[in-house]
Amino acid sequence: MSADTWNAAVRDWLTRLFARPNEDPLKTVAVALILCLACSVVVSAAAVGLRPLQERNASLALKREILRVAGLDKPGQDVERAFKAIEVRLVDLDSGDYVDAPDPMSYSYRDAANDPSASIALGEQDIAGIRRRPQQMPVYLVRSQEAIETVILPVYGYGLWSTMYGLVALYPDGRRAKALTFYEQRETAGLGGEVANPQWQAKWQDKTLISPDGTPVIRVVKGSVDPSAANADQRVDGLSGATLTTNGVTHLMQFWLGSQGFGPYLEHLRACTLADANHQAEG
Amino acid sequence: MDASQRKLLIAPIVDNNPITLQILGICSALAVTTKVAPAITMSLALTFVLVGSNLIVSLIRQHMPSSIRIIIQMTIIASLVILVDQVLKAFAYELSKQLSVFVGLIITNCIVLGRAEAFASKNPPWPSVLDALGHSVGYSVILISVGAIRELFGSGSLLGVQIMPLTSAGGWYEANGLMLLAPGAFFIIGLMIWGLRTWKPEQLEKPDYRIHIVHRTEVL
Repeated sequence: MSADTWNAAVRDWLTRLFARPNEDPLKTVAVALILCLACSVVVSAAAVGLRPLQERNASLALKREILRVAGLDKPGQDVERAFKAIEVRLVDLDSGDYVDAPDPMSYSYRDAANDPSASIALGEQDIAGIRRRPQQMPVYLVRSQEAIETVILPVYGYGLWSTMYGLVALYPDGRRAKALTFYEQRETAGLGGEVANPQWQAKWQDKTLISPDGTPVIRVVKGSVDPSAANADQRVDGLSGATLTTNGVTHLMQFWLGSQGFGPYLEHLRACTLADANHQAEG
Repeated sequence: MDASQRKLLIAPIVDNNPITLQILGICSALAVTTKVAPAITMSLALTFVLVGSNLIVSLIRQHMPSSIRIIIQMTIIASLVILVDQVLKAFAYELSKQLSVFVGLIITNCIVLGRAEAFASKNPPWPSVLDALGHSVGYSVILISVGAIRELFGSGSLLGVQIMPLTSAGGWYEANGLMLLAPGAFFIIGLMIWGLRTWKPEQLEKPDYRIHIVHRTEVL
């Protein structure tokens, strides 16, 4: 059968199909199929065609967040240029050592967490509700004259409805928080969603996250922190009406700062910082 | 454009406004009106979806099996909304983050499905487009004016430009925090409806029940 006769046959068949009454079952199915096909073509074309632009936006937004927790954010600056001040490294979480990678910014820990060869299943120890943990995580370092000034760690975990993605900036002692942000979450707007509120995030400044023996001690409490309590510097005010979200924040902090998360890396960092300090004292 | 077509375009702006008379689309009117910029983006998004869905539904209205017509309309609306969402994420990332779920919720906005079902599925394309434009303008007028009131009194600014310097920044205006919360929008929309119905009493609804004195023999 030639293409022309085939085309004519299809056209003839379609004409007869559309001539049928609207209540005809065959026509109902045909209309539904054609509509679904047309809609899926439009939707997938938009999703595929616009993906490069969307990914560029998401990467710019992440860089802006990193600059913000690093305290290097200035309104109206060129994000790409300002980001050159930040050193991106990959860390092997089990050993706590740096891993060399040609382009650490292109490493996606979210993809790694879904890849069985690049992550481990957590099982019982999964307090943050993330199921699998990537073997490697990026860290973002700010240096001033060789010495590390700020260490920024990506953290994430489950809240009430959604996985919350955040960044925590630490002083070079690897124990105290400089700043914290949650830049991607879908918790209840106005309640749990307040984890994205800069005023609440500011309460984390100078809190002690990790005790001298290396265990994570930071907790978000219900209500406000009693400033006269002995451990007030290890407690953060809760968000009213958002107990499950703030519990999620506590759990994800405990996980990522603990031995399963960045614990070994932070231990190395503390040792190095101490070595640097001794070195300077000797010099 | 003749008189009946002009009426299609003009009536939904004041006389048959989707928000103040039909009381539809209140959810987004509360959620995205803390500032003017997201209100404008939301209005544009809704305009695109409403005109698009009315046009497509009207074009295929003669071949729409009545047993699945609502599903067909929803599929068309949902596809258009995904399109808008993807475009916003690609070209207005910050705004798309502010609007978050509310662009997706245009799918459930009763104005869109309501116009597709009540008008476009029974009328030719051109009047359907005019009807969609009229309703979009009616929605946008309310959304943007609520946004302007809330931003002006809640943050002392309009479109991000500071008009009344805030006390927190050393100015004289004490920001009204209520305006930034959802109840603030309820009050403003409520006052707008009150004002509009005082100006145009024909918009008043008949009360379901009127309190009156009942004689005791009437009760028995």
